[in-house]
Amino acid sequence: MQTAITNPILRSFSNTLYRKNNWFLLLLLTPPLLWFGVVYLGSLFALLWQSFYTFDDFSMAVTNELTLGNYRLLFDSTNLDIIMRTLSMAVAVTLACACIGFPIAYYMTRYGSAREKGFFYIALMLPMWASYIVKTYAWTIILSQQGILYWLFNHLGLTGALNAALQLPVIGGNTLATSNLGRFIVFTYIWLPFMILPIQAALERVPTNLLQASSDLGAKPAQTFRKVLLPLVIPGVVAGSIFTFSLTLGDYIIPQLIGPSGLYIGTMVYTMQGSIGNMPLAAAFTVVPIVLIFIYLALAKRAGAFDAL
Amino acid sequence: MHSKDNNPPIWLKTVAYGGLVFLHFPIVFILINAFVAHDGNTTYFTLKWFNAAFARDDVMSAITLSLKVATVATLLALIMGTMAAAALYRRNFFGKNAITTLLILPIALPGIITGIALLSAMSLLNIELGFWTIVVSHATFCVVMIYNNVVARFRRMPHSLVEASMDLGADGFTTFKRIILPQLATALLAGGLLAFALSFDELIVTIFTAGHEVTLPIWLLNQLARPRDAAITNVVAMMVMLITALPIIAAYYLTRGTETIAGSSK
Repeated sequence: MQTAITNPILRSFSNTLYRKNNWFLLLLLTPPLLWFGVVYLGSLFALLWQSFYTFDDFSMAVTNELTLGNYRLLFDSTNLDIIMRTLSMAVAVTLACACIGFPIAYYMTRYGSAREKGFFYIALMLPMWASYIVKTYAWTIILSQQGILYWLFNHLGLTGALNAALQLPVIGGNTLATSNLGRFIVFTYIWLPFMILPIQAALERVPTNLLQASSDLGAKPAQTFRKVLLPLVIPGVVAGSIFTFSLTLGDYIIPQLIGPSGLYIGTMVYTMQGSIGNMPLAAAFTVVPIVLIFIYLALAKRAGAFDAL
Repeated sequence: MHSKDNNPPIWLKTVAYGGLVFLHFPIVFILINAFVAHDGNTTYFTLKWFNAAFARDDVMSAITLSLKVATVATLLALIMGTMAAAALYRRNFFGKNAITTLLILPIALPGIITGIALLSAMSLLNIELGFWTIVVSHATFCVVMIYNNVVARFRRMPHSLVEASMDLGADGFTTFKRIILPQLATALLAGGLLAFALSFDELIVTIFTAGHEVTLPIWLLNQLARPRDAAITNVVAMMVMLITALPIIAAYYLTRGTETIAGSSK
């Protein structure tokens, strides 16, 4: 049998660490804390601090004078439009993901055999993790006028219906690729798996005997679903919706590539920081999704969503 | 919550499988597109786009850069994620919740905020953007992948194993090498694979911290403005898909049957 021989100094060092538990803890925590506490939090505060700097419209330069002007600008009607536009898309996408995601998660958990469940799991994982830009790229081709969707509608003789849908005021546009409908489809597609998996996890935790008890006591399946199952699964839905909501709010690639030209919070931040160089206003704009997400998280917490994360 | 006693309503089964078709149809589309060539009116399968893609310097350098960044960022995340997991799994102390929240923050906040925050700090400190700034930004959001996997494994590992090892005369280092590390191995591997996949196709944060460097996702984004080059783009898109998909499947099999659900939070 081999015995472990180590340097006595190292040995006494490791013994000290084992006995002085707090030193060990400090030693372990220092590198991650330096990274996250200093580099990451420091950067977030640097960003927040810059949102109080002044941007001079004439010289296009940023000065260190502190002002609340950038935050006042957020309530400008054009900027409020941007915020409302992004917010309503985030809400619409979240609702769509919940409505499509729930039946998939429900089928998989309730009726899937072990094999089928494993298959569904991988089949959800792959598109979730598949490259974001590749998926978006695929959709730009699919939605284009030479693309497969137009071809399909044409062959089914439904081009008229598609054009009629594109005539509608809010969701419409010249083509699918430049309409809000197209953008909505892509957003829903990209974030859907993030909704299904938390719902599935919540469904998995519902004990079957609760559902049996409910039906033994005379509840119809619809009643069991509404009164027993749904309240137990809502936290999972909320957990999933945190992803879909937050990810849609901050996205700046999809609004650039698909849909009409109006700015989103993400594209606004990107333009302000990049081509205009107005970092203070960009920084103030990043506070908007943070505030919206914190409001949402506070609401979600009250619904007990974090037990399901 | 599984019961075999009744059959699913047909509409539910249709919706479930329809959802899967919806989720996979763009991916299959990309896979097929990579092998298709049009010549006049005929469409045929070919491998010629692969040769054309590999012959391009910009493609190869973007792939190399992304592989390098993902490797270094994953290694950094492995070290920090394991340290954080080892520190946090058994102890309760003031500020522990704050630290776990801090670790999750980079993936909980929209990527644009992490990106622009790091960029603004880097420009305040006059740091030149390049390879290392991309690595720093990627490692920041990769740590949580490792942390989640490793902390779950730590929680299932009986502490008495460590005590037994010490009682039998092993010191801390030997115990770590012979007892703890083998137990953690698959969790580290799974977390590492997820972190690698996450870093390899990250775009939102990278755009801010890359400066003039072109990673593979940035290359793809730039390609969208060049529709004439679509054949090459399709091939590269397919390769990106494969390079990220394989680690995900591997991570799934590595953590199957444990409480860790690989990638349950991205």
